[in-house]
Amino acid sequence: MTDLLQSVVNGLLIGAVFALVAVGLTLIYGVMDVINFAHGEMVMLGMYTSFFAWSLLGLDPLLSIPLAGVSIALTGALMYFGAVGRVLGRSPLAQVIVTFGLQVFLRGLAQFLWTPNTRTVPRPWAAGLRWEIGPVVIGGPQVIMAVGALLATGAVAYFMNRTRLGGAVRAAGEDPAAASLMGIDPRKMYALCWVIAGLATGVAGALLMNSYSASPTAGVSFVLMAFVVVAFGGFGSITGAALAGLLVGVAQGVVGLYAPSYTLAAALALYLVVVLVRPQGLLGTR
Amino acid sequence: MLTVRDLHVDYAGVVALRGVDLRVGAGELVALVGANGAGKSTLLAAVSGLHRPVRGTVTFLDEDVSGLPAYRIARRGAVLVPEGRRLFGHQTVVQNLLLGGYHRTAAEREAELARVYELFPVLAERSGQRAGTLSGGEQQMVALGRALMSRPKLLMLDEPSLGISPKFTKMIFEVLAEIRRAGTTMLLVEQNLRAALELADRAYVLQTGEVVMSGPADELAASDEVRRSYLGL
Repeated sequence: MTDLLQSVVNGLLIGAVFALVAVGLTLIYGVMDVINFAHGEMVMLGMYTSFFAWSLLGLDPLLSIPLAGVSIALTGALMYFGAVGRVLGRSPLAQVIVTFGLQVFLRGLAQFLWTPNTRTVPRPWAAGLRWEIGPVVIGGPQVIMAVGALLATGAVAYFMNRTRLGGAVRAAGEDPAAASLMGIDPRKMYALCWVIAGLATGVAGALLMNSYSASPTAGVSFVLMAFVVVAFGGFGSITGAALAGLLVGVAQGVVGLYAPSYTLAAALALYLVVVLVRPQGLLGTR
Repeated sequence: MLTVRDLHVDYAGVVALRGVDLRVGAGELVALVGANGAGKSTLLAAVSGLHRPVRGTVTFLDEDVSGLPAYRIARRGAVLVPEGRRLFGHQTVVQNLLLGGYHRTAAEREAELARVYELFPVLAERSGQRAGTLSGGEQQMVALGRALMSRPKLLMLDEPSLGISPKFTKMIFEVLAEIRRAGTTMLLVEQNLRAALELADRAYVLQTGEVVMSGPADELAASDEVRRSYLGL
């Protein structure tokens, strides 16, 4: 029983990170109908940013969150203006090829610049923290990552659902021509989605350095989960992604308790069930 | 206020407009009439920047706006209420209205919102409801209100009564008359000819992408030839 409780708690904590990674993916899909296959590479770049902030400047991963967020937000803008924005309105295949190309390019670039070796921040500040609540033990890095991820996810949800600019982004996503009749430039809104996705993945990358290592393929496992989370939560739904992130985390944690080698299979099985039973996802509308 | 000269537009590979000339003076209400497929909607789409003209110019407030993207033309004050209303169905009534005033200051938006609620009291009651769940007539009110939020200098309306009950149509036309009294210039495409010609100062009759007749609305409405040949009355 204690073990089960512990697994659920662990699952919720990592699930929050899945949610944050998924938010940018679902935002870009929901507004632009573009699947960003380079999303995991944005997380990876965020991790490296945080690592070098530590190795060159001595900054703890917690302190490099703003730096990583801003750097990857700029990277997102660059990806939009340099590549994705140039194939808007072309065939969906062109868009897939562009984001897939960005994935290969960024992974290769990381390997070229920083070698395939893993890079770890040895003793982040959060590693010194540890809580015991009854029988459940929770580590500082896990709590810090979860709290940071929930705050960042909440901030994106707030921006999209409660602010004027967020409403304009959603309007451009729903009907770009109608939005332009309101004087809203849809392309600017698309670019903003990439900036927000960059911000979210950059923050996620820095948070992850509290407990994970950076490497050219470090983003892969998280983005795989993010795809599951996006589909599970409903394509385009940020609240759905947050909810689904937590659920996928718990499913993974609980299955990991009984059959550690099947954690990934569990997440994908959950996805399969959702697709068969409720194809639009938890909170999706289409 | 608006001058269209020798406008040619292709739409979906077909010639939709061939050499249209049209003028709307400040404070005027001009109607565009003609059968389905005559090019009325295409003309509004070209003026508002949704379609690029192949040839010809659109001059708005003494500036050439032909070929500008729609969002720039909208910001200059030529605003289209598109056919089919095109609301943001997932957002609430008040969110839709506020998007219409996107480029104005917060104080201006508040003032304009109060005015729209005065014109359409039912929208104040429904302000928190998702626009997609409203009836057709109510949606048309939101679409019109949303356009008014920007305080347009030229208001273009594409079939405001399409698919709407007679009761709501009457209400919409009453509001249009009121907006017009307030001095807003309008260009109206409307299948309900009687209502359109009653309201308009002047009208243009379009047929297969060309202006075949134009003049004061009451004269066109009275002309037997127009009624028979072009308007199917």
